Amino acid sequence: MRPVRFNVHPKEASIAEAISMGVAPDGVSGDGFFATQLSSVVGLARKNSLWPLPFATSCCGIEFMATMASHYDLSRFGSERVGFSPRQCDLLMVMGTIAKKMAPVLRQVYIQMAEPRWVIAVGACASSGGIFDTYSVLQGIDQVIPVDVYVPGCPPRPEAIIDGFMKVQDLVGQESIRRRNSEQYKALLNSYGIQ
Amino acid sequence: MALSNEFIQEQLVNKFGDQVFQFSSANGMLSFESSKDLNLKVLQFLYDEPSLGFTFLTDLCAVNYPDNVGGELVVVYHLHNLKENVRVRYSIATAVATPDVFTASKLFEAANWMERETYDFFGVNFVGHPNLKRILNVDEMDYFPLRKEFPLEDQTRIDKDDEMFGRG
Repeated sequence: MRPVRFNVHPKEASIAEAISMGVAPDGVSGDGFFATQLSSVVGLARKNSLWPLPFATSCCGIEFMATMASHYDLSRFGSERVGFSPRQCDLLMVMGTIAKKMAPVLRQVYIQMAEPRWVIAVGACASSGGIFDTYSVLQGIDQVIPVDVYVPGCPPRPEAIIDGFMKVQDLVGQESIRRRNSEQYKALLNSYGIQ
Repeated sequence: MALSNEFIQEQLVNKFGDQVFQFSSANGMLSFESSKDLNLKVLQFLYDEPSLGFTFLTDLCAVNYPDNVGGELVVVYHLHNLKENVRVRYSIATAVATPDVFTASKLFEAANWMERETYDFFGVNFVGHPNLKRILNVDEMDYFPLRKEFPLEDQTRIDKDDEMFGRG
């Protein structure tokens, strides 16, 4: 028998157990106040409201569609709004084979995104060129833009994409708000010829 | 009257004599060759001659035979008679050192992009083509990737172990 039921008779009496709250950062709390670092609060807000920009070129993009849809439901992680304008998005998700002719386009999309920005390479092709070891395919998008998280698989299952997304959330949550001004970060972008 | 391969061959031999050669019929499709200087004359004859009427260029491509010295690059034309539904395959060979072939783009509009593609992948220089530049590959590419002298694999790869890819 299929587990069909109506919302008027919820299985759990209380929905409180189904809601997970964000973990409060370390800080000093007292009677009516809570003091913590600004970067922790900003990190908490950023990691739970990432706007992904899907750059889907092949089968990994199909897996992402499943990830985004109701069954796997990426919006549980705060990315309710999947944006299709690089100006509005924080997280570039590159899914699929990137041909060398597409590389300048991908780079342009990355440059158009505002700081702070993060990148996930989903699948073998975006990470390393995959099985397409050939003259026309870019051997990994990290040849043209910096990448934060690589998700292996050909294509990865939605669970793997969600795992990669949560890894990015960890990065975002722990990141100092000044990291983007750091010498290391500038050197990284300079090595890609950006800025 | 159905257009038979023997009739097409007879017409070509009557017109060009022994300048067209290597006639064969693989799977019922007539194939023949000529020298590369003659390509436009042969294509025009196949187009204009009322009893032949090959007015449609289905495909144009090249093949690289590195061991065939003096004719390393072969340009292949596939022509179609739409009324009789008959196809022929016509090829010309050129040396890889002087890959100059007259363009068919004045006769067939379809040849424009297909010659650009053939130039892109094999470096065949179509003399008289209105816009002979790369069409599918990146503009910065400085070689012709489907020539056998160049490896198929991407030479910028750094993390792929040759042994894992069966070429160790």
